[in-house]
Amino acid sequence: MSELPWIVWAVLIPLAGAVLAFLWPAQGARVALLVWLGTGVAVLGLSLQLIQSGVQRYAVGGWHPPLGISLHADGLSTLMLLLTALVFGPIMLYALAYFKNPAHPFWALSLFLWTALNALFVSGDVFNVYVSLELLGLSAVALTALGGQARALVAAYRYLLASLLGSLVYLLGVGLLYAEYATLDLQTLGRVISLDPASAVALALMTTGLLLKTALFPLHFWLPPAHASATAPVSALLSGLVVKGSLYLLLRLWLEVFPTEATSGLLLGLLGAGAVFWGSLYALRARELKPLIAYSTVAQLGYPFLAFPMLGAGGEVVVVYFVLSHAFAKAAMFLAAGSVLLAFGHDRLSELRGLLQSLPLSVAAFALAGTSLMGLPPSGGFVAKWLLLQASIAAGQWLWAVVALLGGLLSAGYVFRILTRAIADPKQPAQPKAAFPMVELVALALAIVSVLLGFLALPVLRLLEVGR
Amino acid sequence: MNEGGLVLLAILLTSLIPGLVIFFLAETSVRLRTAINLAGALLKLLLLLWVMYRVGQGDIYELRWPFLPGIDLVLRADYLAVFFGTLSAVLWLLTTLYAVGYLEGSPHRSRFFGFFSLCVFSTTGIALAGNLPTFFVFYELLTLTTYPLVVHRGTAEAFRAGRVYLVYTLGGGVVLLLGVVWLTVLAGPADFAHPAGLEAVYAQQPITLALMFALLVAGLGVKAALFPLHGWLPVAMVAPAPVSALLHAVAVVKAGAFGVVRVVYDVFGVDLLDRLELGLPLALWAAVTILYGSLMALRQDDLKRRLAYSTVSQVSYIVLGVALLGPLATAGGLVHLVHQGLMKITLFLCAGNFSEVLSVKKVSQMAGIGQRMPWSMAAFSLAALGMVGLPPLVGFYSKWYLGLGALESSYPAFVLVLLASSLLNAAYFLPILYTAWFVAPRADVPRPSQSGGETSWMLLLPPLATSLLVLGMGLLADAPFSPLVWARRFAQGEYDP
Repeated sequence: MSELPWIVWAVLIPLAGAVLAFLWPAQGARVALLVWLGTGVAVLGLSLQLIQSGVQRYAVGGWHPPLGISLHADGLSTLMLLLTALVFGPIMLYALAYFKNPAHPFWALSLFLWTALNALFVSGDVFNVYVSLELLGLSAVALTALGGQARALVAAYRYLLASLLGSLVYLLGVGLLYAEYATLDLQTLGRVISLDPASAVALALMTTGLLLKTALFPLHFWLPPAHASATAPVSALLSGLVVKGSLYLLLRLWLEVFPTEATSGLLLGLLGAGAVFWGSLYALRARELKPLIAYSTVAQLGYPFLAFPMLGAGGEVVVVYFVLSHAFAKAAMFLAAGSVLLAFGHDRLSELRGLLQSLPLSVAAFALAGTSLMGLPPSGGFVAKWLLLQASIAAGQWLWAVVALLGGLLSAGYVFRILTRAIADPKQPAQPKAAFPMVELVALALAIVSVLLGFLALPVLRLLEVGR
Repeated sequence: MNEGGLVLLAILLTSLIPGLVIFFLAETSVRLRTAINLAGALLKLLLLLWVMYRVGQGDIYELRWPFLPGIDLVLRADYLAVFFGTLSAVLWLLTTLYAVGYLEGSPHRSRFFGFFSLCVFSTTGIALAGNLPTFFVFYELLTLTTYPLVVHRGTAEAFRAGRVYLVYTLGGGVVLLLGVVWLTVLAGPADFAHPAGLEAVYAQQPITLALMFALLVAGLGVKAALFPLHGWLPVAMVAPAPVSALLHAVAVVKAGAFGVVRVVYDVFGVDLLDRLELGLPLALWAAVTILYGSLMALRQDDLKRRLAYSTVSQVSYIVLGVALLGPLATAGGLVHLVHQGLMKITLFLCAGNFSEVLSVKKVSQMAGIGQRMPWSMAAFSLAALGMVGLPPLVGFYSKWYLGLGALESSYPAFVLVLLASSLLNAAYFLPILYTAWFVAPRADVPRPSQSGGETSWMLLLPPLATSLLVLGMGLLADAPFSPLVWARRFAQGEYDP
């Protein structure tokens, strides 16, 4: 059992599923659920292998680097694979009830997306990473366009341009590195790289490309329209997982490849602070639920970058914990917003009074996920904030602690914008078009996980340490 | 996990589970809801009394859950924990009964009682927390669970009050969190049971230590309503009467005061604070708040607002007692945690009755109310006289020990603050009593319509019970297991190890 190369299956199963669902759309939903099962088993198998025998490597076709393609999974990769499976599954269930159409193009596209994410997390070289990123971007753009309205198409088009530009800039950097070091393997690069001007330019290009894809302020312009106008399950995937793909890669490059003297994280930290304030202010002004949540993503993506100046001194743990807790909380919020849209056909904040009476489970999801976004205990967001404060105080870099604390207050501001309206008595009670207990429960389940993460820090951090 | 730890967990679950279950009950299932509520509250009280007995025998009750590398979430039943926990369990039982009667027929009761129970859950967690990180978790949870109660009425005014409440308490939480994490980074997550590690910090950077103390106390001071951080308290008066009663007697303000007690005795320790010379500034801050609250109370015509400012003043007695850093003052401050709770909850529940039955909300409308509602007014009078400090009511013992403590401390002048405040207490309570009993009722104040009692027994029993405690605990102040004896025992433990 432990001999099987689970690491390969974790990519092959979603890929096969995606192709099947593409060729055979009528069975899309069924294939997707089987893929969830299969990938879940593969990822669990990989985690067990990792815990028993450390970092997993696999040379595809028996060709070892620098010639062949190598797959590589350490604690960080495995954690991201687990996260993806855990977030993807509930979103699939939700989409089943949301689209009510097993032949919807959503299934094939989302499986391509999953393939891309998993491939990204186990890729051992910068070129495979590029291929995965490209697949990730294209499937995400196609999913955004599924929204169908003109608004969604325009947003998808902007997203496409941003994504392509990001990949292109990243690829330029990769080209420069290859020209100089003649290797694309991440670990080899990490050993041989030196800080000459060409490498510095390469690193700057790669970082910029990835920042654009991660939508870090001020490169976030494409994100709010895309995440707000996509259908709810897609928004949940985009905000919960897709932007985390490029963020993961940034973290890995900065930790393992770039020479430490090159990586003054100060600039990234400052941009992160800008994101926290800018995103929160727009979330405080949004008139509708989904744009509010989308701007909240802009703000929340700032927090992990606050920890970049402390990479190597506890900062990496902070990044990972923010990624985990935000993925669950934000997916829950978008799915709950989707329930509101299903029930009332709109998500105007001004007309959400009395939501607690009509959709109590969704309001509970907003409240619990909101607790995590505000970083209040007990929740994953609180653990992440605590780790950030601890790292920045220990490093004597108080600025990041102050930004995180103020950001928490701002996020309380926009979360309570939703909750106060929900709890208020309506002038005329609005009746939901139908009951959607399944849809609401899925959102609530994700929100509960984002709270439970507040109690699971130790096992998560232990898994993260494998290979470090 | 040891057996004792399971008991502590059970104590938390007796309010967490009812709270969660009640959310799913229909509005109309009043009996089931009330049964679940009271069963949880009774069970909690019994368990706490058991733990109190065992802790008195020297047993250790502790529960740990790993939170972060090197940091555990700890529940532990020590003297202070049991002291505060039992107070909240008793008052909560009575207030639940009152709330059932008070909210009869009003909308959103499942929501109300659900959050009400979650509020008890948080307060019990604050009582049992065994280190600062755990304390902080429950402290913030209390903010979140009380918010829906503050805005329960759903009016524009209620939402404004809710916003003010959030701005103050979340802001305070941020300051407190900074202090807690800083302390943890420098000295580790020391349990309250083993305060250690700060000596080394003191040797190297005493100013940092003083700054951390300031952060912690400022964060806690928001909930303890220390001037000028008290702004949320009078505004939050829009909440229904049982909520106001609890916010003032045990939940929010006491969480702050209790936190100050913990920080002074179980984080820094008397000795260290003495060397840092932080007792005097804290005592001065408390004194200013005591006088300010009393002066403001004097100017309020709205009964609930007058009581609110009185709370601002009275809670700082606790802080003053703690800050004077002597055994007698400590006993006085600590016992006031209980005594003020009993008196203030009585006052608020009676004020709720006046407003429910007669729509009397202002002091100026209270003429002759003693004839219309003799039972409620009698309970009110006992509690008010206790606040003034009349022996043998409980308030007298608080002030007596605080006064003696001030005299034996290095700053005997604080006894003047206590005297001045007592005069002010008399100045804002005695006129109420006079108007209520000795002025003829105004013709336009309606008589209570029901034949028989002045209002339903559920609204009458809780304030009568607490007012009898105000008298009884005063008479039995020296009996074993009285709060005063426990407070003295704690104080002796702190000062004569």
